[in-house]
Amino acid sequence: MTQTAVQVKEDKLQSLREYMQTVKDRPYPESYLIEILHKVQNIFGYLPREMMDEVAHTLEIPTAHIWGVATFYHHFNREPIGKHVVSICMGTACYVKGASAVLETLKKELGIEVGKTTPDGLFTLREARCLGACGIAPVIMVDEKIYGQLDTKKTIDIINQYRKAAAVEQTAAGAESRRGKP
Amino acid sequence: MANKRFTLTCCDGSSCLRNQARQVRQALEEELERQQLRQDVEIHLSGCVGMCSKGPILIVNPGYIMYGNLRPEDAVEIVQKHLVEGEPVSRLVISEDHLFNRFYRIFGDSEFFGRQMRIALRNCGIVDPEKLDDYLAMRGYEALARVLTEMTPQQVIEEVKKSGLRGRGGAGFPTGLKWEYTARQPESEKYVICNADEGDPGAFMDRSAIEGDPHTILEGMIIGGYAVGSHQGIIYIRAEYPLAVKRLQKAIEDARREGLLGERILGSDFSFDIRICLGAGAFVCGEETAMIHSIEGYRGMPRPRPPYPSVSGLFGKPTLINNVETWANIPVVIIEGAKWFSSIGTATSKGTKVFALAGKVHNTGLIEVPMGTTLRDIIFGIGGGIPNGKKFKAVQTGGPSGGCLPEQYLDTQIDYESLTKAGSIMGSGGMIVIDEDSCMVKMAKFFIEFTQDESCGKCTPCREGTKRMLEILTRITKGDGRPGDIEKLERLGMMIQKASLCGLGQSAPNPILSTIRNFRDEYEEHIHQKKCRAHECTALLSFIIQDNCVGCGACKRVCPVNAISGNRKEKHVISQQLCIKCGQCYLACKFNAIAKE
Amino acid sequence: MSKLITITINNKSYQVEPNQTIMQAADKLGFHIPRLCYHPKLSIEGACRVCIVEVEGMRNYVASCAFPVSDGMKIRTNTQALRKARRDIIELILDNHPQDCHVCERDGNCELQRLAASVGIRARHFEGERKRYEKDLSSDAVIRDPEKCILCGRCVRMCSEIQQVHNLTQAHRGFHTVVMPAYNLPMTESVCSTCGQCINVCPTAAFLEKNYTQELFEKLNDPNLVKVVQFAPSVRAAIGEAFGLEPGLNMEGQMIASLRKLGFDYVFDTQFAADLTIMEEASEFLERFQSGGVLPMITSCSSAWMKYMEQFYADMIPNVSTCKSPMSMQGAVTKTYFAKKKKIDPHKILSVAVMCCTAKKYEAARPELMVDGMRGVDIVVTTREAAWMIKSAGIDLVHIQPEEPDHPLGLSSGAGAIFGTTGGVMEAAIRTAYELYTGETLVDIEVEAVRGLKGIKEGSLTMDGKEIRVAVAHGLANASRLLERVQQDPTRYHFIEIMGCPGGCIGGGGQPYAQINSIPLDDEILRKRAQALYDLDKSKTIRRSHDNPDVQKLYKEFLQSPLSPIAHQYLHTHYKAKTPVGIIPKKERILSGDAK
Repeated sequence: MTQTAVQVKEDKLQSLREYMQTVKDRPYPESYLIEILHKVQNIFGYLPREMMDEVAHTLEIPTAHIWGVATFYHHFNREPIGKHVVSICMGTACYVKGASAVLETLKKELGIEVGKTTPDGLFTLREARCLGACGIAPVIMVDEKIYGQLDTKKTIDIINQYRKAAAVEQTAAGAESRRGKP
Repeated sequence: MANKRFTLTCCDGSSCLRNQARQVRQALEEELERQQLRQDVEIHLSGCVGMCSKGPILIVNPGYIMYGNLRPEDAVEIVQKHLVEGEPVSRLVISEDHLFNRFYRIFGDSEFFGRQMRIALRNCGIVDPEKLDDYLAMRGYEALARVLTEMTPQQVIEEVKKSGLRGRGGAGFPTGLKWEYTARQPESEKYVICNADEGDPGAFMDRSAIEGDPHTILEGMIIGGYAVGSHQGIIYIRAEYPLAVKRLQKAIEDARREGLLGERILGSDFSFDIRICLGAGAFVCGEETAMIHSIEGYRGMPRPRPPYPSVSGLFGKPTLINNVETWANIPVVIIEGAKWFSSIGTATSKGTKVFALAGKVHNTGLIEVPMGTTLRDIIFGIGGGIPNGKKFKAVQTGGPSGGCLPEQYLDTQIDYESLTKAGSIMGSGGMIVIDEDSCMVKMAKFFIEFTQDESCGKCTPCREGTKRMLEILTRITKGDGRPGDIEKLERLGMMIQKASLCGLGQSAPNPILSTIRNFRDEYEEHIHQKKCRAHECTALLSFIIQDNCVGCGACKRVCPVNAISGNRKEKHVISQQLCIKCGQCYLACKFNAIAKE
Repeated sequence: MSKLITITINNKSYQVEPNQTIMQAADKLGFHIPRLCYHPKLSIEGACRVCIVEVEGMRNYVASCAFPVSDGMKIRTNTQALRKARRDIIELILDNHPQDCHVCERDGNCELQRLAASVGIRARHFEGERKRYEKDLSSDAVIRDPEKCILCGRCVRMCSEIQQVHNLTQAHRGFHTVVMPAYNLPMTESVCSTCGQCINVCPTAAFLEKNYTQELFEKLNDPNLVKVVQFAPSVRAAIGEAFGLEPGLNMEGQMIASLRKLGFDYVFDTQFAADLTIMEEASEFLERFQSGGVLPMITSCSSAWMKYMEQFYADMIPNVSTCKSPMSMQGAVTKTYFAKKKKIDPHKILSVAVMCCTAKKYEAARPELMVDGMRGVDIVVTTREAAWMIKSAGIDLVHIQPEEPDHPLGLSSGAGAIFGTTGGVMEAAIRTAYELYTGETLVDIEVEAVRGLKGIKEGSLTMDGKEIRVAVAHGLANASRLLERVQQDPTRYHFIEIMGCPGGCIGGGGQPYAQINSIPLDDEILRKRAQALYDLDKSKTIRRSHDNPDVQKLYKEFLQSPLSPIAHQYLHTHYKAKTPVGIIPKKERILSGDAK
C-alpha cells in the first residue's frame, strides 16, 4: 500500500473515532451501530475484530450483540476481501473436466482455503455455481473475467499475471509518493 | 407519428367517457373524412390525462394544444379552423397545466406512455433530481406551505382519509387511518419512517422514485410529521442503492438550507428533521417491526403485534411507517385535493399504482396506471404484448409474496381486493409476464429460494418450513419428485401462511400455492412423467439431434463430456447416458438441429 | 382491580381481567396451551409459534403468549386445524434435530420430547437437511451442542435480561441461525460467567454442564485413593426433586447415606466450611470496619459472580473479600488439616464436591486456589450428576436410612445451612460479626430484612451504637444494579452479599431440571427450597458459626485464629482483572440483547 493510501485510511479512522464520541452523547446511541459498522467496512473493506471490540467499548454495546448484528446482515464482510476475487466454477461440466484439480492448484498456489484471502490481500478464493461457460470447462472467473480450458500451468500463469500487474502498480505508486504529492 | 401532419390524442379516461368523449371522437372522425384529411391525421387514445373536470379532452400535436369541455358539435370548428386554417380555437383551449399532465406532455402519446397516469412519478424524467429549484418550479413544497399555513393536523388527516389513499408498500392499509391512529397517541416523542427497503428481486419502483424526485418524499414526510405530531423522520433505505442515498442526502441538505427542514419550517412553529438510516442487506427489514429493530441497532427480526407501531414502535414510541410511493402521493393529494384523487381508481382502491413491468413483454419498465386498469391493458396495451409470437402463460404480481395469474384473469381490474380474490396480491408493484417457455415449477422454486435465504430465522414455520418446501421443489425440478409431494407442499404452505410471525413467512408460500392451484398439471408432469413442458428443468430434458443435422460437428467440439458422436456431413447423435445437459451443443448449433424434449 | 371483561374460549364464556395475554388468561382458567419459547420471567419472543390459537376476526393464527385479551374476544385453542398446525410445527423442529433421544442427557426430561409426545407425532413428513455443528466442550463448566438447539432464544434472553452478562447471541440468519458467544469463541474464552442459568432454561440438551460422572465412577473404583466428598446446602434442599419428590424436602441424611453407598470413605458437609467462611469473613469485615479498610466489603463465595467481577468490575477488586468460597475452603482444609490428622498422603485424597452450581467446576480449576501444589477440589459434580450417579448405582435415595456426616469436617451450624439461599450468607455473617464485635448475643438471629426473592434487599443493624448498612443482591443483573449504586455512593453500604444466580445457590445452574408440571426458575419452587434450609437452621441447636465446636477445634489445632498467616495461606485468595472479550452495558438500559 502506498504511503498516501495508508494516510487516507488513518484519517478516516480518526474521523470515525471522533464521530463515535459524538454519537455517545445523543439519545439512543445504539441506533447508530449499523451506520458505524458501514463506516468501518468502508475503511477496511470488512469488519476487523479489533474494530468491533473498539465499537463495543466506545458505545458500550455488548460485543455479542455486535457480532449478532454483523452476522445477520449480508452486506457486512467478516473476513477481508482481496483485491481480486477468484471464483472457481463447480458446475457439473467443469467438475467432469477436472475442476477439482484446478481447485487444488489454486489452493496450493495461493496457500489458502476456499472462502479465505491471501495474506498479501491480493486474492480471495471462492466457489461459484455454474458460470454458464461449460463449453470451455474447467473455468475460473477473476473479478468479472472468465478464463477457461484450464490446466495446472495455465492456472498458475493467470495468477502470476495478476501478481505482476499488482507489483507494477505498487512500484508506480511508490515512485509517485517518493516524488511527493502535487 | 412519422408521416402524418397532425396527431390527435383523445383522452379515453372514465370521466371523459362519461362526458361523451366517444361521441366527440366520432364527430372528429366524420369531419376529417368529410374534409378528406383522415389519412393525414393520426388519432390516438390516451389514459386519463387528469383534467377530468374539463373533459372531454383533446390534444393536438404539433404544438401540444389542449382542448377541453368539448361537445360533438365542436368537431367541425376544430378541424376547419385549427387543422385546415392553422389557427387554434381559442375559446376551447385549456391553459391550465395539470400537475401530472406535464409528464404526458413531454413523453406522452406513445403506446407505452399514453395510457399511463404519473402521479407519484410525475417529476421523474423532468426535473433534475439534484436541483431544488426544479422541484420548486413544479409546484414543489406548495403543499407543505398550504398545510402549515392553512390546515390543522386534523384537517390534513381528514383530507388523506377522504382521498382513499392506501399504503403502496403492499399491505394496502388505509393511509389516513394509519395517520389517525398515530396522531391519537398522547406521546410527544413520535417518529415518521419512510420504508425505502425495496427488496423484491426485480423491483425498482422505489429506487426510481427516489433517484428521480427525492424532494417529493421529503415533502410528504414533513406533511405526515405535521399531521401526526412528530418532529423526527427517518428514511430507511437499502445500502444497495448508493445513488438514491446520495440524491436523498443532497435533497435533505438543500431543504435544510432553504428552511424547508429543521427548526421552524417556513417560519411556522413546526420543526421536523430527517435522518437517513442505511440497511445492510436484509430483505426482511422491509417488514415494519423488523425495520424498527434494524433502526434501533439490532438484528432485523420482527416481533408479534399488538402492540402496533402506531402505538409503540421505534424506541417504544408511536411510529408512522409508509412506503416511498405512498409518501410521493401526499403532496398531490394536498394540492389537487382528496376529491380529485378519489375520482381516480376503483371503489375500494383510489389513485394510481406504480408497477415494474418485466419479463416476456415488448415494453418493459416502470409504469404508473390508475387502479382499475386491467391486466390485459397493461400487458398487451402498454407492454406491447408477448414477443416472438409466443403465447401468454401467466403474470406474476407482488414479487416473492405474490401469485401467478393465468389467462382467465387477464381482464381483472387491478386493485387490492381483486388481485387478492384472484389468488395473488398487489404487493409493492412487481409485475412479471411469463410465456409458454417458462416452467411454473422452476419459477416457484426461484421465489422460495429467495425467501428462504432472506428468512430471519426467528419463527419455526418460516425458518424450517420454507426450507422443506424448497427441498421438495428442488427434488421435483431435478427429476426426483415423488407422489404426495404436491400434497406436502400444500399442507406446509397453508400452515406457514397461517402460523408465521410476519408477512415474509405468511406470504412466502404464495407463489407455490398459486402455481399449484393454476398449473397443477405442470407439477404432476414433473413428478409422474418426469417431464418439463417448458423445457426449462434441465434434469428433465433430453437433447436430441434432429434429422436436419448437417454434420458440421460444431456441437461435438463443444461437448465437455464427449457425448456426441458422428462423422462429418452425417447426422450426429448425443448419448443420453453421457449427456450432462449443460446445453452447450444447443447453443452452438447454427441449424436449429438440436431439440430440447 | 380493573373491571372484568368477557372472553369466549372454545365456546364457553369466562370473565377475566383485562391487560393480560390470552395465554395468561387461559392458564388461570385451566387451559394449558402448549408453548416452547415463552417464559414468564423473560421478554416475549413469539418465535416458536407452538402456542398459536385462533381468534375470530383474525385471518391468521396468533401467538397466545403475546396477543392481549379484549372484551368479546372469541378464542379457540384446540381445533383440528390448530392441532395439525402445531403438530407440523413441532415436527419441523424435530426434523432439524438429532435423532438420539436414547443417548441424550435429557432423555425422559426434555421439553421437546414432552411436546412431541403431547401432539402425537407418529410419522415424519418433512425430513430433509439437518444442521451440523461442532460441540463446544472447551469450558470446564458449561458445554454447548448447537445441533440440539431449537432456537427458542431463552438462553439469549436469560443471559442478557436476567444475568446481564450478554455472552450469547443468535448469529447468522434463517436456516443457519446459531446461538453462540461473540465471534463464535469457545465458551472458555468468552465472557461467560459459567453460572449455568442457560442450562436451567434450555428446553433441550443444547446446553449442559460438563459431565464428570464417568471420571468420578472410575476414581471411585480406585482402591488407592481416599475418597472424600462434600455437598452444598442447596443440594440437600433440591435433590429430592430429581427422584420425583416434591420440592422443599431436606434430604440431608439420605444424601449422606447414599454417598457412602456410592463408595466415598468420608462424607463431609460444605456447611462446615460455610461456618469456617463466616469466621474468616466476619473477622475480615470487622477488621476493615475498625481500621478504615476498604468498604463496602463484598462477599466472594459465588464463583459466577467472581468471574463476572474480574471481567467487568475489576476496579472493585479491593472491595471483594479475600476469603475463598466454602467449597474451596473445605477442599484446602481436607488436603491439609484432615490429611495430617488421619496421616493420609494428601496426594492420595480424591476431594469431590457435589454442588448446585456449574461455576464451581470453573472455580475448582482456578490456579490461585491450589493448595500446596494440589487442587483443593479435584472433581465437582452438580446435583443432577450426583442424582444420576446415585440412580445409576442402584441406590434408593428416597427410602434409604438417613445417616450422619463424618468428623472432623461434617458438623455444621444453622448459619452454615442458610448459605444456600439469597441473604443467607449475610444473615450468617451478621450473627457472628455482631457477637464478635459487641461481645453480646444477638437475640433476633433471623434477619427478615435480607430474606425473600426481591432482587435487591437492604437492611441495617446497630452494633454498639454504630449503624451497619447491608445489601443483598441475587442474579448478576441485580448485582450490576447494586454496584452502580455503590459506585455512585461508596458510603451507602458497609457489607454486601452477592449471589450470581436468581434465588441464590438454590437456583444454581446445576440444580434438578423442572419437572413435568413446573417451569424453570419457578418462584414457588425457589421459596420451598429456601424454606427447607431455613427450617434446617431452626431445627439445629447450634445456629451460630462461631459456636461450631469442630470449627473451634480446627482453629485450635491448625489455623490458630481467623486471619492468621496460616488462615491466609489456605483460606484466602487474590483476584485479578480479566480482559473481557465482550462488555456489558454499564448504564441501566431498556434494551436487553436481541430479545424484545
